[in-house]
Amino acid sequence: MFYREAGQFKTNYKADQAIFPILQDKIGLGVILVIAAVIIPFFGNDFFINSIMIPFLIFSLAAIGLNILTGYCGQLSLGTGAFMGVGAYSCYKLVTIFPDVNILIHVLLSGFFAAIVGCVFGLPSLRIKGLYLAITTLAAQFFLEWAFIRVAWLYNYNDSGAIEVPTKTAFGIAVTGASATPMTRYFVVLGIVVALTWVASNVIRGRIGRSWMMIRDMDIAAELMGIKPLNAKLSAFAMSSYYCGVAGALMVFMWLGAAEVESFNINVSFQVLFMVIIGGMGSLIGCFMGAALIFILPIVIRSAPEIVGLNIGAATAEHITQLIIGSLIILFLIVEPHGLARMWQIGKEKLRNWPFPYG
Amino acid sequence: MRLKSLVLGVAATAIAVTGTLVTAHAEELYVPSLSYRTGPFAGGGIPFANGFADYLNMLNERDGGIGGVKIKVEECETGYNAQKGVECYEATKGKGALVYNPLSTGITLQLIPKAPVDQIPVLSMGYGLSAAGVGKSFPYTFTYPAGYWSQMSSILKYIDSNGGLKGKKIGFIYLDAGYGREPIPLLEKLAPKLGFEWVGFPVAGKDMQNQGSQWLNVRKERPDWMIMWGWGAMNATAVKEAAKIRFPMDKFIGNWWAGAHADLDPVGATGKGYLAANFSGVGADFPALQDVKKLVVDAGKSLTDPDKVGDVLYNRGLYNAVLVAEAIKVAQEKSGKKNITGADMRDGLEGINLTDARMKELGLEGFAGPVKGSCADHEGGSAIFIQQWDGSDWKRTTDLIPPMTDVVRPLLEEAAAKYVSDKPGWKGQECG
Repeated sequence: MFYREAGQFKTNYKADQAIFPILQDKIGLGVILVIAAVIIPFFGNDFFINSIMIPFLIFSLAAIGLNILTGYCGQLSLGTGAFMGVGAYSCYKLVTIFPDVNILIHVLLSGFFAAIVGCVFGLPSLRIKGLYLAITTLAAQFFLEWAFIRVAWLYNYNDSGAIEVPTKTAFGIAVTGASATPMTRYFVVLGIVVALTWVASNVIRGRIGRSWMMIRDMDIAAELMGIKPLNAKLSAFAMSSYYCGVAGALMVFMWLGAAEVESFNINVSFQVLFMVIIGGMGSLIGCFMGAALIFILPIVIRSAPEIVGLNIGAATAEHITQLIIGSLIILFLIVEPHGLARMWQIGKEKLRNWPFPYG
Repeated sequence: MRLKSLVLGVAATAIAVTGTLVTAHAEELYVPSLSYRTGPFAGGGIPFANGFADYLNMLNERDGGIGGVKIKVEECETGYNAQKGVECYEATKGKGALVYNPLSTGITLQLIPKAPVDQIPVLSMGYGLSAAGVGKSFPYTFTYPAGYWSQMSSILKYIDSNGGLKGKKIGFIYLDAGYGREPIPLLEKLAPKLGFEWVGFPVAGKDMQNQGSQWLNVRKERPDWMIMWGWGAMNATAVKEAAKIRFPMDKFIGNWWAGAHADLDPVGATGKGYLAANFSGVGADFPALQDVKKLVVDAGKSLTDPDKVGDVLYNRGLYNAVLVAEAIKVAQEKSGKKNITGADMRDGLEGINLTDARMKELGLEGFAGPVKGSCADHEGGSAIFIQQWDGSDWKRTTDLIPPMTDVVRPLLEEAAAKYVSDKPGWKGQECG
């Protein structure tokens, strides 16, 4: 009843093939964008924007990156954290070498370095599949972590071994560094994430995305139908790493402000992988849902006792959070193995027929 | 009707909650404590957090706070994770936080650029960026009582006075993170100057408990002395491995994060003779600690185990609280207000002067060396001492060993200048 497309007639192919063919979806997306671009920045406090919204968007972008590779192309990767690191370190180097260039250009360029590295580590995927590929990407993770520590050139020979973000301006406004307001940084992150999500959704619907999905569903059949596995797999690795790289650069420049190699360790890879699995493999909206569940929910649970006035101590709250998150993950996976995106899909179908049990 | 009462109920609760939040703001000195009671480094984080909270709570119980204003210590769990640390910072800074004690070099590095913008000082007590002790370049960062470089120079001094440094080979085993790498530039600069040779043995964070290969290399290199920059599980493992290759324990010196009860208790008698640097007193035989015991621990207002009062890291946390409390007092005197702000607190930290007489007044005679801050010196110039593990407990074995200020200070200033150089908008301060 709420979600019926009855009466919405498509009179040309263009309308039929739009990203959001149903009016309700368009309205829904509009509402979400208005909330994200108007309501949150003007009503959220610094903590909400800085520690919840910005990292949530960045992790969503990283999850989209991994989802392109794992969810759409079927290549399991455990190197997400390291690819994010490549983006962050190359952005840092770009800023040092070309200090006068607009920082936004650096952020978007840094993804290309991650894409190159991703392609190199993606080469084994032509020969090996599944868990074995996961192990080679794990090697990428460890090798790159090692490089971030050992190649002092990457962090400008800093004594601390950390990369620190200088204040950079774009169009006269400080967008990075401590003096940039959370709102500015939020808008930059939001803009990049929305734009890249839109690009991803179009690539996935198009020829390249379809070739990925063919490789995922059955690589031999795809090859017989004329899809080159080399092109399909490596393009998936490149695009996925590009997204992860941009997410890594955003993470350091727009969120953390400084980073050591620990910020890109294997835990980050797993965190992003969980976001993809729980959100839903092969779904863009799932990336946002997964990031929300894995990243935002712990913060909410941790601060819940304080909001209702319970004083239980920081460590206990942390333990309880981990217990709840762990059981929720298991619960979600039992109830809906295809992730939150599938649940959302089912919910939409239910809404369509509501209040009648059968459509 | 039901809806109406529900709405009214929700509204009433909301008003009540915001009401308590508002009253919580007034008349309080809010000190956030970024602690870690979970994660791989909890063994060190728990006693530190307990000591920190217990001392400030003792002041509340005994003196009614500082200058008549109660202190509110609020813990936020970081798990020694830099991202969570920043999250804690963002969550607490709006509540009128006076000072941050990040208790992690990684978190400190992230907070250093934020501190001057939000005007909340960072007190990284004996950790963090060494160069942050240069007040001219870092007005909002303090490394009392001494930074890593000063500590390293004191340790080298100790070696020098125990058989000489010239021509010796020093092995340096360190956690391969920002923290462990911090003193390397100093070693590089001092080695040719003082005529010793040094070899580094990095231990990756995930291999903390698996140091076999490093110690095999130690055996090959045959250093005369070993210095360790370790934390958490790494320390006990290193001491055990050193014992295995029969490295003389009294030539093995840990820094002040590698010499706690939690580190050596699991090693026990095997580690007898192991040395470690320290800057806060050992044991509970101080009047102030007795007050803590009586008013907080025995009264059931603490999370600590009564036996652990006086542990090395407990006392370290307590000393951190002493510095904070003293700075609050100075800030109140300087600003003439009882409810101070972060900027006042910065002035308070800068004006800190913990002489021996003042320490006695606080009931902590001989607990730590004197600390005196100034506009240019945010390190305090305090000395450290060496303690030795006797198989079951730590014993202080030396007097205070002052750092080689003449050598370290110029290097610190150079490093500070380098840090500032690629940050065009960075604000320092003028020191008259």
